[in-house]
Amino acid sequence: MKQVFGRTESLKDTAFHYCPGCGHSIIHRLVAETIDELNIKEKVIGVPPAGCAVLAYNYFDIDMGEAPHGRGAAVATGLKRSLPDRVVFTYQGDGDIAAIGTAETIHAANRGEKITAIFVNNGVYGMTGGQMAPTTIVGQISTTTPGGRNPDRDGIPIDLSEMLALANGSVYIERTSVDSPKNIIKTKKAIKKAFQVQMAGLGFSLVEILSPCPTNLKMSPVQASEWVSSTMTTQFPLKVIKDEAGNLGAAPPSE
Amino acid sequence: MLLRGSHVIGEAAMRAGCRFYFGYPITPQNELTEYMANGMAALPDGVFIQAESELAAINMVLGVSMTGKRAMTSSSSPGISLKQEGISFLAAQELPAVIVNTMRGGPGLGNIAPAQGDYLQATRGGGHGDYRTIVLAPGTGQELAELTRKAFEYADRYRIPVIILGDGMMGQMMEPVEFPEPIDPASLPLKPWVLDGAKGRPSRILKSLILDTSAMEEHNWKLYRKYQIIGDEIPEVERFLTDDAQLVLLAYGTASRIAKGAIKRVREMGLKVGLLRPKTLWPFPKKSLLEMSRRVSDFLVFEMNTGQMLEDVKLSLEGRRRVHFYGRPGGIISTPDEIAKVINNIYFKEGLESEE
Amino acid sequence: MATKSKRGFIKIAAELCKGCYLCESVCPFNLISVSEKLNQKGYHPAVYDEEGIGIEKHKCKGCALCALVCPDIAIEVYRE
Ligand SMILES: Cc1ncc(C[n+]2csc(CCOP(=O)(O)OP(=O)(O)O)c2C)c(N)n1
Ligand code: SF4
Ligand code: SF4
Ligand code: SF4
Ligand SMILES: [Mg+2]
Repeated sequence: MKQVFGRTESLKDTAFHYCPGCGHSIIHRLVAETIDELNIKEKVIGVPPAGCAVLAYNYFDIDMGEAPHGRGAAVATGLKRSLPDRVVFTYQGDGDIAAIGTAETIHAANRGEKITAIFVNNGVYGMTGGQMAPTTIVGQISTTTPGGRNPDRDGIPIDLSEMLALANGSVYIERTSVDSPKNIIKTKKAIKKAFQVQMAGLGFSLVEILSPCPTNLKMSPVQASEWVSSTMTTQFPLKVIKDEAGNLGAAPPSE
Repeated sequence: MLLRGSHVIGEAAMRAGCRFYFGYPITPQNELTEYMANGMAALPDGVFIQAESELAAINMVLGVSMTGKRAMTSSSSPGISLKQEGISFLAAQELPAVIVNTMRGGPGLGNIAPAQGDYLQATRGGGHGDYRTIVLAPGTGQELAELTRKAFEYADRYRIPVIILGDGMMGQMMEPVEFPEPIDPASLPLKPWVLDGAKGRPSRILKSLILDTSAMEEHNWKLYRKYQIIGDEIPEVERFLTDDAQLVLLAYGTASRIAKGAIKRVREMGLKVGLLRPKTLWPFPKKSLLEMSRRVSDFLVFEMNTGQMLEDVKLSLEGRRRVHFYGRPGGIISTPDEIAKVINNIYFKEGLESEE
Repeated sequence: MATKSKRGFIKIAAELCKGCYLCESVCPFNLISVSEKLNQKGYHPAVYDEEGIGIEKHKCKGCALCALVCPDIAIEVYRE
């Protein structure tokens, strides 16, 4: 018998504080597993957000530097410009990256900063208690859209990833989900590719990950996952949005 | 070398081993941003980014500072307001950084004329939370060079953001300057707290979130103790004709240059007037002021605002001496003659001539 | 590799489990159920039904689907 699944090295031996069934936990694990598979634990620097994942540094056993809410792309730009041979990633919620931090993100992508953004889209402001996010879908109830998101008043959900694909310096952008084993595997592949794009020096990469927030959806974890599959994906279709990476397979995984 | 003030700051920064500059255009400080664009391009390891906003610029500084390298940004009043969240994070995470504020008239968009309306913002931390930044106020071209060098040294030594406070007039003035020898950034001592990938050591975190209230209190007191040490170690003043002075002006930056002109004029008329010029606005040079107050009964604070450093002067003297104030906000540049008249009035009204 | 014939088992760390039952929902052989006991966090943890049963009788294939979806890394998977 051999162990085929266990805790990966880049995660500390600390239990997550996230709610039961929270997608953040799964995504943390996928990022950490990718770091270990690419053997970059000693050269990676992460930038956690303000959001439910603000304490990400309690879990990742890697260097991490906290950014103000939404400014991850700018902080990562500073880190990467200072240490071009390190691998720098931001970990951001939908409010963080697609509302308050939109400008920093678009301009980092446009400059082709060689950084990777892990964009966790849970359709809600989790940390502050379930307010409308830029990604809240039309009709979705939140604490600030008690009658459901109303396009006339609130606008429609923003497709940040599609917008970023227009930026000249973005190289690889994919939208995935952690709603099923199959999609979890796909998400990890996408994260890996995003890091490889950075390591090959090609430019900006981002993986948008649809992620259940059972607590604010007021659903059981299983229901929340199903909601992501059935409802969220109609607004945010899972797909490779941009891929100009060419043949990365030829490049060795860790430089 | 004959250089305009804004270029002196840029040149001094690069000579201090700063290789990272991030800025966003705003008058009257564009010459500095442009100088850095050229300067960094000429350095093999220089990095210049014209950021999409002041928010982005200060957070790029934050990122570089986390790696331990010297980084700078500059702006003018409205842009400095935007940087405040980032400055608060720098202060909280105890990260070095140099931020130049070429102040202009305000509030709001105000105007682009020289003013000193950001004194309180700069010396009280500026952003949210219980913190301070070191604030340096150069008064001459030579000092722009020297204090810029010091700004980087203090930032590293105390792990603190340092503000260089000037205005458009300082930025434009042309004076001969002698620069210190350039520092090779590679020769700077390594910092034991940087993020550079956890190779052969435990992973590191730089953060400001401290949810536990006792731990947060302890962090606040830790910062406080650091500020006390800075308060003991770095206050700096210039004393100009104060030995026999009956009335001492307090002014910094451009206002101090005007004050000197006024003092020369009233001295010709026999008035014993001098100037105490803070070069550090925070920490405020309280000791030097108290020393002076043993002998001097009257102080005149002159600022290009409605009375901001005035508060520090009054706090220092605690009502023991008469404190007069003259200020012109809004970008008005007083003439030395105007200030000489003010001095005259106070001098005779308070009967200082008879005290001789 | 003839994975088909392989057998496996899982270990669930009851104290890490937050009772989300995502694992239960994905196991192709319905080998996970809910414990009646509470763990220290106050959740009814998931339990693996083949605990203590000889490996030769295991339906578990060690496919790791349960572990893949487990947010709290409470599941270790072993395979022949
Ligand atoms: C400048 C600023 N404004 C507001 C906040 C409060 N705040 C913290 S997290 C957050 C939103 C979090 O939502 P999201 O980015 O979607 O992350 P999630 O918690 O859903 O993972 C807000 C508004 C803050 N920390 N800083
Ligand atoms: S509130 Fe939502 S996003 Fe935040 S930890 Fe809980 S489930 Fe996760
Ligand atoms: S490893 Fe596969 S078969 Fe075994 S318990 Fe988990 S999901 Fe079921
Ligand atoms: S998926 Fe993990 S946390 Fe959820 S019930 Fe199963 S073992 Fe427990
Ligand atoms: Mg969110």
